[in-house]
Amino acid sequence: MTVDATPSEAQRIRRISPWRTFLTRPEFGSIIGAVFIFTLFWALTGFTVGKGFMSWQGFAAYIEVTAQVGILGATVSLLMIAGEFDLSVGSMVGAAGLILAMCVSTYGLPVWLGLLITFAFALAIGWINGYLVVRTGLPSFIVTLGTLYMLRGAGLALTRMATNGLTIVSGVNTSTAGDPLAWLFNGTIISIGGGDFKTELVWWIVVVLVSTWVLLRTRFGNWIFAVGGNKDASRSMGVPVSRVKILLFMATALSAAIFACIQVLSFGTADVLRGTGKEFEAIITAVIGGTLLTGGYGSALGSAFGAFVLGVTQLGIYFVPGFNSDWYAFVLGLLLLVAAMLNNWILRRASGARS
Amino acid sequence: MTVLSSSVPVLEARNVSKLFGRVLALKDVSLSVRAGEVNCLLGDNGAGKSTLIKMLSGVHRPDSGTLAMDGEPITLSSPHDAQKRGIATVFQDLAVLPLMSVSRNFFLGNEPTVGVGPLRRFDIATADRVAREQMHEIGIEVRETSQLVGTMSGGERQTLAIARAEYFGARVLILDEPTSALGVKQSAIVLRHILRARARGLAVIFITHNVQHALPVGDKFTILSHGRSAGEFKRGEVSLEQLLSLMGGGSELAELATELEQLRAAGASLDAG
Ligand SMILES: Nc1ncnc2c1ncn2[C@@H]1O[C@H](COP(=O)(O)OP(=O)(O)O)[C@@H](O)[C@H]1O
Ligand SMILES: [Mg+2]
Repeated sequence: MTVDATPSEAQRIRRISPWRTFLTRPEFGSIIGAVFIFTLFWALTGFTVGKGFMSWQGFAAYIEVTAQVGILGATVSLLMIAGEFDLSVGSMVGAAGLILAMCVSTYGLPVWLGLLITFAFALAIGWINGYLVVRTGLPSFIVTLGTLYMLRGAGLALTRMATNGLTIVSGVNTSTAGDPLAWLFNGTIISIGGGDFKTELVWWIVVVLVSTWVLLRTRFGNWIFAVGGNKDASRSMGVPVSRVKILLFMATALSAAIFACIQVLSFGTADVLRGTGKEFEAIITAVIGGTLLTGGYGSALGSAFGAFVLGVTQLGIYFVPGFNSDWYAFVLGLLLLVAAMLNNWILRRASGARS
Repeated sequence: MTVLSSSVPVLEARNVSKLFGRVLALKDVSLSVRAGEVNCLLGDNGAGKSTLIKMLSGVHRPDSGTLAMDGEPITLSSPHDAQKRGIATVFQDLAVLPLMSVSRNFFLGNEPTVGVGPLRRFDIATADRVAREQMHEIGIEVRETSQLVGTMSGGERQTLAIARAEYFGARVLILDEPTSALGVKQSAIVLRHILRARARGLAVIFITHNVQHALPVGDKFTILSHGRSAGEFKRGEVSLEQLLSLMGGGSELAELATELEQLRAAGASLDAG
């Protein structure tokens, strides 16, 4: 059975325009959303330039929020594409922060050792999350809800024991001042017009780029999509389903630890309750970024735009006359609903637009 | 393609049984397939066809009985193990992932890579090119290799799964009801691929509960009924009516008269292709 036409001829005839391809990309909605939200808040603040929302200071403020939630959002997106949730990232931020603070402040360990212990702890908890999910077959929603409460409870109890009844560990700055490793997490890279852009921005960009590269350009990334699309089909094709999931739970825990180190080394204190609610913000970031709640489809790059939408909304509300931060939760919920509906629409176009 | 000896089956199940809790899904069933041969596994829904081929592809272990490849007893530890031995299975319902692109599906689990160490990456250019070539050869023009498989028709998806199995050097191709969700025309395309695989020397196990699809392509017919073997026949030894009554569907013969016309049409278009 031979056919004369060469494949390259056939492919030239049937090219789809790059624009149409873009319209069916999972991150399409988030890019539109980011532009829309930014313009909306700029409009609500009267299109002023140079102060308030549209100033270097304002920009630095929402980039800070964006970068921090974006670090979580990128890895959470990968995990969600693989069909799982991690509700423990929020309390992991609190727990990892406490461990770092106690290491360097309470026990006087060098910063490098404190960081090492913190990251090792996070990876271990991530591994446990993943192992429990693949072993028990329970929904990750339940398993990580369990670890969410266990981490928070143990964090509170153990810190009180170690610090004579306090749940906040302070005095971290005095032990880390001038430490080059600490600078990696709290250093200022550049100051423009009174706005400080800090190393968290670089962490965010690195996490997003690595996540995107892994997802789109490696074998492991192909497995992430497959595992979330259909676990059994993937296994029958030889994909190591359990290994993929466990590694992704370790990645989300690791990103929570990075987030924690940034916060502790920037503020100089650690608080068990810090990070509360971040698990849902990370999920919202992922959904706005075009990732399906049901797995199998999504984008790590999109989560960066999702994080930007979150950051601009959270900070932008302060700049709008007559509004206050009470409205943040309302707008966040609204954005989630709109994004989820938009994702469905894009997916229908991508998988149904046959022409 | 060298066929060592066509008298030794490439793959066989010898007197295998399988229990699911208290349900005896299979009892004492044997099946074998040789290179360049199509063995049609026939039986009504729930007869145990899928259970049998899942044992042959490493998903289930037989509770009793043995599996053999080239006459040697083997144990299949996982689907991956079976794949490595050259047993390619297109499972019922879960042949492909609809939210992934054609080339990502094609190479799932066998992704080509370039680079070394931490920079080792999925060679997307090669994957796209090979997937496009293979799909082209099997008669499907892929507009964009980034096209999601969900946009393809049922027949095209089955074809993709078959092309993939053939490309990765399978010696045995197992197809679990590839035509059950397809129309007459699309079924004919899949049947043509089965004949093509046979011509290339593959051993093919083709599962169906549709006798009209089995008759034109089968060299051998193995019939299961309620988890037991109801006989094995060579091509020409058995008629449509006999096969149907063995499968337990004899009473529906009347209704078949019209479908037989379709069969002849499908058979004719097969010969033409
Ligand atoms: N994993 C399983 N657990 C329990 N029972 C099963 C399982 N797989 C199949 N069965 C039972 O075994 C019998 C044969 O099923 P199956 O092999 O799927 O039939 P077929 O493919 O011929 O339609 C059915 O009664 C089915 O309910
Ligand atoms: Mg079946």
